Amino acid sequence: MKTRRVAQYGLLIALALVLSYVESLVPAFFAVPGVKLGLTNLVVMVALYRMGDRDAIIINLLRILLVSMTFGNAFSLMYAAAGGLLSGAVMILLKRTGKFKMLTVSIAGGIAHNVGQILIAMVLLGTWRVSYYLLILWWSGLAAGFAIGILSAQVVRRLPESLFNGGQR
Amino acid sequence: MRDHKTPLKKRYDLLLLAALVLVGLGLTAFVLLSRMNSASDGLTVTIRQDNEVVATLPLDEDATYAVQGEDGGTTNLVVIEDGTVHMEEADCPDQLCVKQGKISYAGDSLICLPNRVVVEISGEDEQALDAVAK
Ligand SMILES: [Zn+2]
Repeated sequence: MKTRRVAQYGLLIALALVLSYVESLVPAFFAVPGVKLGLTNLVVMVALYRMGDRDAIIINLLRILLVSMTFGNAFSLMYAAAGGLLSGAVMILLKRTGKFKMLTVSIAGGIAHNVGQILIAMVLLGTWRVSYYLLILWWSGLAAGFAIGILSAQVVRRLPESLFNGGQR
Repeated sequence: MRDHKTPLKKRYDLLLLAALVLVGLGLTAFVLLSRMNSASDGLTVTIRQDNEVVATLPLDEDATYAVQGEDGGTTNLVVIEDGTVHMEEADCPDQLCVKQGKISYAGDSLICLPNRVVVEISGEDEQALDAVAK
């Protein structure tokens, strides 16, 4: 039981590391440097739908630490924390209502991730004008959330049952 | 998938997604309209360092401004040219501010995170809004 949980966490953290690296390859895409796409929302989705709420919260905190430490600058922790906490909260709460599909949860999470980042950027940079970039970030969050929603449904379906059959039943 | 396509569930999904798309379209319309309305003359370039304004320059006059670091050296070189602004040089490791290229609309900004330098273009409306905010 304990070993399986360690293996589950290890797998998701390894996946978050890969996604975090992929995301670091496209930083200049955004007008606000340091802002990330939020691809690691994928591991939170998988944890949420395969393990449970409590595990999703722990995985969320772990991926925030990971994203902020691995491929970033001094502001990364703040961005990662704001984006990760908001998107994690939105995804977990929406899932809990039981009224939304996985894809919808993921899209809302993708947008929440970027809204969180732009809010903290406004505070850190001391200017509300950064909010103009909310436009770009809103649509890219929606697109990223859509892609992650489809991907995480695939991952959840294909992960070996023996590794993830504790949480959902 | 664990999802069941009950009509009720589908309705909640559609409502939320429609709301998210509508807000996105609203943001798009807002930005496009504010760009169309903003006159290209009378725009101001504001340069901030550590959240403090270090220079305010007119966009329609060519100029170069060197942002000074703590040691007196130049950290960022801001160039105003033909009604556009760009970061000519910077000593930051990522060079993202230089790669951002030229900006020319009210509301646009160049951001150098490592040096905490923000260059913004603002119109008269926004200056008024800023004054209210303070
Ligand atoms: Zn820079």
